[in-house]
Amino acid sequence: MIALSNTQLVMLGTSLLGCVAGVVGSFAVLRRRALVGDLLAHAALPGLCAAFLLLNYRALSARALGEVAAATSAWRFTAMLAGAFVTGLVGVAVVTFICRWTRTKEDAAIGIVLGTFFGVGVVLSSWIQNMPAASSKAGLQTYIYGQAAGMTREDVWFITIVAAACLTLVALLYKEFKVFSFDPGFARAQGWPTLTLDLVMMATLALVTVVGLPTVGVVLMAAMLIIPGAAARFWTDRLGRMLVVSGAIGAASGIGGTLISAGALESVLGYDPLAFGHNTRNLPTGPVIVLCGTALFLVSLLFAPRRGAIARLVRMLTVRRRIQHEHLLRSLYELSEPRLPRVLEVPLSQLIEDRSWTAAGVRRLLRWAGRAGLVERTATSAKLTTEGLALAERVVRRHRLWELFLISGADIAPDHVDRDADSIEHFLTPDLVRRLEAQLARTGRLPPAAVGAVPLSPHELAAHEAHRSNSPSAQEPTDG
Amino acid sequence: MANWFASLDASLRDAVFVVGVAALTNVACALLGCYLVLRRMSLLGDALSHAVLPGLVVAFVMAGSLNIVYMLAGALAVGLLTTFLTQVVHRQGGVPADASMGVVFTSLFALGVVLIKRYGQGVDLDPDCVLYGQIDLVEFYTVNLGGYEVPRALVSIVPVLAVNVAVILLLWKELKISSFDPALATTMGINAELLFYLLMALVAVTTVASFEQVGSILVIAMLIVPGATAHLLTDRLSRMMLIATALAIGSAVLGYAASLAWNVAAAGPMAVMAGLFYLAAALASPRYGIVSTLVRNAQTSLRIVREDLLAMLYRLEELRVERRLGAREATKAIGAGILGDVGLWSLARRGELKRVDGGLQLTDSGRRRAAGLVRSHRLWEAYLVQHLGLPADHVHTPAERMEHFIGQRLAEHIVADLQDAHQDPHGRAIPAPTTTVPEVATETRRHGDATDEGTEKGGRG
Repeated sequence: MIALSNTQLVMLGTSLLGCVAGVVGSFAVLRRRALVGDLLAHAALPGLCAAFLLLNYRALSARALGEVAAATSAWRFTAMLAGAFVTGLVGVAVVTFICRWTRTKEDAAIGIVLGTFFGVGVVLSSWIQNMPAASSKAGLQTYIYGQAAGMTREDVWFITIVAAACLTLVALLYKEFKVFSFDPGFARAQGWPTLTLDLVMMATLALVTVVGLPTVGVVLMAAMLIIPGAAARFWTDRLGRMLVVSGAIGAASGIGGTLISAGALESVLGYDPLAFGHNTRNLPTGPVIVLCGTALFLVSLLFAPRRGAIARLVRMLTVRRRIQHEHLLRSLYELSEPRLPRVLEVPLSQLIEDRSWTAAGVRRLLRWAGRAGLVERTATSAKLTTEGLALAERVVRRHRLWELFLISGADIAPDHVDRDADSIEHFLTPDLVRRLEAQLARTGRLPPAAVGAVPLSPHELAAHEAHRSNSPSAQEPTDG
Repeated sequence: MANWFASLDASLRDAVFVVGVAALTNVACALLGCYLVLRRMSLLGDALSHAVLPGLVVAFVMAGSLNIVYMLAGALAVGLLTTFLTQVVHRQGGVPADASMGVVFTSLFALGVVLIKRYGQGVDLDPDCVLYGQIDLVEFYTVNLGGYEVPRALVSIVPVLAVNVAVILLLWKELKISSFDPALATTMGINAELLFYLLMALVAVTTVASFEQVGSILVIAMLIVPGATAHLLTDRLSRMMLIATALAIGSAVLGYAASLAWNVAAAGPMAVMAGLFYLAAALASPRYGIVSTLVRNAQTSLRIVREDLLAMLYRLEELRVERRLGAREATKAIGAGILGDVGLWSLARRGELKRVDGGLQLTDSGRRRAAGLVRSHRLWEAYLVQHLGLPADHVHTPAERMEHFIGQRLAEHIVADLQDAHQDPHGRAIPAPTTTVPEVATETRRHGDATDEGTEKGGRG
């Protein structure tokens, strides 16, 4: 086998761990059971301690303390992890049982099991610390806070085996896991053993958690399970790709965290950007791995192409700007409508009043429209060009058709449709507009002459009438 | 002799201090925990107690010591930040609520651990302290207050408890409404968002004030377990708070006793005691406990088996079958196992059934009751056919289920809705609205034994 330096060894271990935790954790994130990782990690403690006590008890009762040391570390390690695995799964089972049989909700059930199991673990561990012959009580601390730097060759082998097993399992049961995660009801209807699937999924999660505990500790193990999956979700909508991305993010944070805590930044850059006058080398590996994951999460949150915050913001601003532009065109059109086909010069003051825009806002919109060749403008007024008029006609037509539809189809009062139409009209496709027009014409809501042209506004006329009939002065004589 | 007294005195004083501080801390956590449990945000307590770590370290660096005021301020800031970030990642980032909480609190915790390693040389925040707190040493850390030596723990936890109680009392109505129905609270002009952040601020401050004393495990346990336990025992918020308080104090006392017995730090056993209280409540709560649910289910099953037996025997009489069914045949006919035998025994005991030469025979009261059931069954069949247009060969199974739950009132309504209430869709006569139906009811009342009470309850459930 190739000789590996200590850092390389740790890097191998943490990257494998990060990768498999990312893949397995993705399912937990998708199933909205992200905090089960936290539960598993906490519920593992009593099992760990119980296994430790059992191992020591045998040695103590035999009055052969040497045997404790003689028991190979690999065997002890495996036995303690087995204990942790069992209590972790028991914890998950208890949560399921509580949710099924009592009125306690899942969040409280997780909290109860987490707190109580961890309490039992703490009792056992402080008992161990009181034991005279506790040869490796420092070992338990390792499981709570993690000690990646102390990873041995055996540990890496162990992680490799578990990672290979879990990844193979996920590959073999890919279709089942996929359906079960997105639509458990459908999986049940297919006649699949959903309980077994759930158990297998939880078991892989528990296995990874337990193996990761000595490296990153209880709380941070939950992070290793949740963060890569949550980050990967930003990049894709397909499960296969999400698992790959998640595994990659997990592995990258493992490598990055190990390198940074080993002082790689310093050797690459020549100085240490994180030092702030201190020495980086004593940074604990586990938390740095998690913080690397957090950094990748933030990058995903911000920069992912479709679901990322910046992409969403850009989309929102684009839509908002287009809506403003369409409002400008409609205002210009409606203000010069009485004199059509002659296009009027509309004074800025009138435009400002019509839309209750700010003067600066109107000028900015007009600048855009001028550049796009839709408007001819002077310092105090603006006028639609031929192209501008054509576009404005389309916009106004869409608006009025939707208004007509709301009045006839949704029974909304004519003086109320303007605002309601505004929330939809900007998103109507040309095809929908055509169908809308055809339907309105068919039901006789739209005069045949208006088909293909801009219909008259339904609410200016209607609003006028409504105003007359509703105004108090018109009412008074009938009342009196 | 004097020596003996002195040692007793010391251990007693120790007990009073430890239990006192733990009880106050537990109560402060448990009161807020009630709201967390009701709002289904229990895990925010867990998350906050981890996430405040960087706040504590920064406060420590700034104050140069474990100054409680700085620490509470740091916790408050980071606690609110955690809540805010969780909401932002959830709402703006579209990450599921649980995952966003997981991402935020574990990241902050990792940051905290790095900061401790970095700047916290010599901080008291050593691993054991974080887990167990200093509760067992509480009497050794004292401050001089007005000439009295009082434990330092009291100085931090008593004000926090007082603030919690004051806020809960002052904003009782608002917190209650916004916990149960945030939408209603908003329409009533209560700022639910603000209350949410206020609650989170209280949780963060309480967490930190407690966590220095009792360690993080006990804080997490106390924020969730007493509230959830109390929720199993009552439906009223005020009672829930009182019960949670009692449980918090009980956990402190019993946990301390257990810690003496097992010779371990007190925080762990206190958390375990709280868990045991929950277990007891989950099993034995009169209304929501597992045992009472099982008993209720069994009573309902038994009632249904009894009624099925009666109805079957009635139908046989109706068909003028000469041969009498034996007990074995009867239970087999309605597809009941051992419950069928219990049902037969129970019917015989109620005097609705008797055995005549090895066969089963309805008594008069049994027949009246059976007629009522068959009537319900056939009325429902008729209703399904006439009003829901189900085919006649599809109505038996639903009616078989429904017949056990049609009371006299509902039966009257159905009769009023039917064109013909004398014949079911299969052409069989619907038994007359036995003038005896109320009599049957009074008759069973007169028998009024425990099973009857159970039957009534089961019927309601």
